[in-house]
Amino acid sequence: MHVLIILRVALKALARNKMRTGLTMLGMIIGVASLISMVALGTGAQQQIQEEVRAAGTNLILVRAGNFRGRGISTGMGGAATLTAKDVDAIREQVPGAVYLAASVNTRDQVIAGSQNWSTQIEGTDIEFPMIRFWDLQYGTFFTQTHVQSAAKVAVLGSVVSDNLFGEGVDPVGQRIRIRNQSFQVIGVMESKGSGQFGQDQDDTILAPYTTVQKKLRGRTGTNISGITISAASPDEMEEISAQITAVLREQHRLVSGEDDDFMLRTQEDIASMLTGITETMTGLLAGIAGISLVVGGIGIMNIMLVSVTERTREIGLRMAVGAKGRDVLFQFLVEAVVLSVVGGLFGVALGIGLAEAVTRFLQWPTAVPANAVALAVGFAAATGIFFGFYPARKAARLDPIESLRFE
Amino acid sequence: MGDVEVRALNGVSLSIEAGEFVSVIGPSGSGKSTFMHIVGCLDRPTSGQYILDNQDVSTLSGDALAAVRNKRIGFVFQGFNLLARTSALDNVELPLLYRSGIRTSERHRRAHEMLETVGLTDRRDHHPNQMSGGQQQRVAIARSLINRPSIVLADEPTGNLDSRTSTEIMDIFQRLNREQGITVILITHEREISEYGRRIIRFRDGIVVSDQTNASQRSAGDEISDLPTAADPVVSELLTRPR
Repeated sequence: MHVLIILRVALKALARNKMRTGLTMLGMIIGVASLISMVALGTGAQQQIQEEVRAAGTNLILVRAGNFRGRGISTGMGGAATLTAKDVDAIREQVPGAVYLAASVNTRDQVIAGSQNWSTQIEGTDIEFPMIRFWDLQYGTFFTQTHVQSAAKVAVLGSVVSDNLFGEGVDPVGQRIRIRNQSFQVIGVMESKGSGQFGQDQDDTILAPYTTVQKKLRGRTGTNISGITISAASPDEMEEISAQITAVLREQHRLVSGEDDDFMLRTQEDIASMLTGITETMTGLLAGIAGISLVVGGIGIMNIMLVSVTERTREIGLRMAVGAKGRDVLFQFLVEAVVLSVVGGLFGVALGIGLAEAVTRFLQWPTAVPANAVALAVGFAAATGIFFGFYPARKAARLDPIESLRFE
Repeated sequence: MGDVEVRALNGVSLSIEAGEFVSVIGPSGSGKSTFMHIVGCLDRPTSGQYILDNQDVSTLSGDALAAVRNKRIGFVFQGFNLLARTSALDNVELPLLYRSGIRTSERHRRAHEMLETVGLTDRRDHHPNQMSGGQQQRVAIARSLINRPSIVLADEPTGNLDSRTSTEIMDIFQRLNREQGITVILITHEREISEYGRRIIRFRDGIVVSDQTNASQRSAGDEISDLPTAADPVVSELLTRPR
């Protein structure tokens, strides 16, 4: 029996009961549509993260102090006092590809201004911070080398902190804030930057010279810093520059070969791929759940095909009597099931894309429909049709023509 | 009960020549259905042989039997067995779908020709529910003829029809037999219907009790022309209306 004839026979059979055909397809339509829209949401989130990471600078390298292990105690990353300002100077001198560098020392504290107070993170950093993060000031100026050297009690506020302490749209430059009972002068406010890669509010922060945070707020003696932020000359030389920095730091720390690094180096790309990994897992999970509805749709097809085989027992008997082989009957019903699932799948793709568009338009969530997801969904729908259509089709093919012709 | 052997047909030996018009008659349980299933290649004998056109088909596989049915047997059933919501033309074409190498245009041409043979050219696009029983049976006859079979096997073809329509259907069979030399095997339990055959084979309890040439063969054509109602436009309208 010719493929086109089988297809035509299947289409005619499906057209004979349009309501039932439509309802059966609905299962597949919903399954595929939810699969497509879930994948679209996940992919959209992924792309947004990647864009944000790129916007933050693909040439960013972060070094953090390493884990301290000794006498059975592990402190975790950043716990060891392994990085110092001298390491920053060494990298600056020996790695020409590291253009901007900033030591960082962070803490968290309550900040008071007049009758207002706010709890926020205090980022101790260096003068090149605005260049590294591509971050400009809204009011005032950033702190200078002199401020860093003298551990001056000056602060640059993130816009959220400024808004909460001084009110929205107020220029607080010249005002004073108190942190740990010490008075700091506000010398600038950063532009609003929005949320970062981890969803944290980047504007909810106070920037101060790292020396100030080291000496005045953390109350530590010594020159330990918790990390170094580095901006590389070009995103293309990240690996090379990373390797050079690692070499410099190992030498600075006198690590012999074979000994583990006592610091941790991450590029922005590493972070991006980690975040992408998280959303990929989420997308997979959502797609998996949507996939279940596809299976449910497939069971719907099987159910209807079984009913159809029983209803059309006489037709099957007649077809066999006039010369249909078991194979012909098998293919006829299998093709019907596959047409149901594939056509349902195609409608589902259209609906899924529409849903994704609607989510973008009305909820402003980024979505993207990858072509391979569409192909996969339709392929999966076809596979579902074959899988769930096979049993009813085989049942039809195994009918006895004599019994079937007598069937009432 | 299950292990009691029932011999539906026992020691039956028959020979039917090409071009014969044979009536097979017997009460239910006489074995005539089993006989029809074997002759129609729907079933295989447990033992014994069935030679169709010089070929032993009693040992063929299911698929091979399907091919034999497709090419050599035309079935006409009591309940017409047309595909619902399918045009007369498509119904007639059905057996050709299971035969390879026939173009769509050729299928249409032949189906059209067969509808012409049974006088239903104007009903080609009608669905079964738009046709009378007699018209439906004529579509079924056209379908049985489309592969130019060796045998047309008619199983109680008039069982669902009134006597006038029955006569018309028998006329079609007789003309096909007479004019085109088609072998017709008519299975029935009605004596009057069986008398349209030139040879009558009587079954009872799985054996042939008589096998005779029918000296007083009825002619459906003569009976129709004797019926006065055909000329009456009111009756003719009533007869052609779907019921």
